[in-house]
Amino acid sequence: MYPRAFHYHRASSLQEAVALVSQLGDDAKLLAGGQSLIPLMKLRFANPTHLVDLNFISGTSYIKQSNGSLHFGPLTRHAEIEGSAIASGVPILHDCAAGIADVQVRNRGTIGGSLAEADPSGDWAVVLGTLSTQVRCLGKNGERTFDLKDFIQDAYTTTLAHDELVSEVIIETPAKGSGGAYLAFKRAAPVYPTASAAVQLTMEGDICKDAAVALGCVGLTAIKAKDAEVALRSQPITEKTLSAAAEAARAAADPQSDMRGSADYKRTLVAALVRRAIGIAVRRARGEQIEVSHIYA
Amino acid sequence: MPEAIPKVAVKVTVNGKAHEIDVEPRMLLVEMLRETLDLTGTHVGCDTTYCGACTVLLDGAAVKSCTMFAVQADGAEITTVEGLEKDGQLHPIQKAFGDAFGLQCGYCTPGLMLSTLQLLRKKQHPEEKDIRKAIAGNTCRCTGYQNIFKAMQFAAHNMKGAEGHGD
Repeated sequence: MYPRAFHYHRASSLQEAVALVSQLGDDAKLLAGGQSLIPLMKLRFANPTHLVDLNFISGTSYIKQSNGSLHFGPLTRHAEIEGSAIASGVPILHDCAAGIADVQVRNRGTIGGSLAEADPSGDWAVVLGTLSTQVRCLGKNGERTFDLKDFIQDAYTTTLAHDELVSEVIIETPAKGSGGAYLAFKRAAPVYPTASAAVQLTMEGDICKDAAVALGCVGLTAIKAKDAEVALRSQPITEKTLSAAAEAARAAADPQSDMRGSADYKRTLVAALVRRAIGIAVRRARGEQIEVSHIYA
Repeated sequence: MPEAIPKVAVKVTVNGKAHEIDVEPRMLLVEMLRETLDLTGTHVGCDTTYCGACTVLLDGAAVKSCTMFAVQADGAEITTVEGLEKDGQLHPIQKAFGDAFGLQCGYCTPGLMLSTLQLLRKKQHPEEKDIRKAIAGNTCRCTGYQNIFKAMQFAAHNMKGAEGHGD
């Protein structure tokens, strides 16, 4: 399948990319990992006249630690995050990076591209929604920074202007005693998940001091399950709190029936994923090493 | 009349051989390999980033060549299935797929062998879960995967961490 013909531009810096896309106008698009954009172009759902390639800009792929935060370059590939010892220090990041699509897609797809696309079935927005995450954006008038929750506004819609791009993703390292887990359920590796759940808990002894719960693929954006968080906060993790949190997640989900399953099925699935993720998060908060990732049917 | 789109010069090294090719920006990497360089061992299966039949190594990393433009490969080293064999000798991975009956129709096999090569370069002694994960992006509709598994285990055993062919 051939995309519609386009002019190709290779940016040598993020600033140049911004200037190019600004000057070329509305029919210009930025190309990061291309694992969503290129298929969309091949299907002619996206038909840019100009493509500005970010992949040849040096220094845009990195994972750095500083002042209690992790900094990710916009073109850091999922596979690099999967293989990074620094990123794996926050296990929920590894859960996500190691399970997105398949090896080949993870070798190309980028964290910045994933957030900028804001696909309702994307993985990163769900996981990063349970951590304190800032998205730095570069435009013609310089940089501005948003909390992730303000950055993603709707399905496929962010605060980014047409001629603005994600220049860095900054994640606050969770406190000691905090543990998280991300579970996504999919029918096969290369497809989008049917539903997913991210949980990050801070434990003090047997009591859950703080909780963040986010749901993926069951709404137009990642859903923060606030009632599930309330059900966990200041509580011991017992069968009763687990059930309350899972029920609250089921209620918070707002899925559509589609080829991946009925809305009811997805609610039941997401509740089960939340319950399971809490169990793993608690054990990780205690320092246990547990390997989890996306689950295939 | 639509305006003419200028072609872009691309320098690539494919299986050790340098090429300079002028491509239309919308040409996919897999098409450049198959149509321009006549390397038809890389297959187009689904053409939608699902099946992995078009998998090649780009600077050592497995990628789906139907989901990259040829211009993006500028300056890169690409390995296709044709680059596995040397001096008429099958690569240990190719041999293992034959010995273990790891193929039937063969359509997915080039992609699977390149995914195997990336895995074995990273992990000399892969566990079962590593093998499963390494080929999760390669679809085979004939074999049920069991013999592909065996082939990958054979290959790991025969290569013993070497690149194959003693290099």
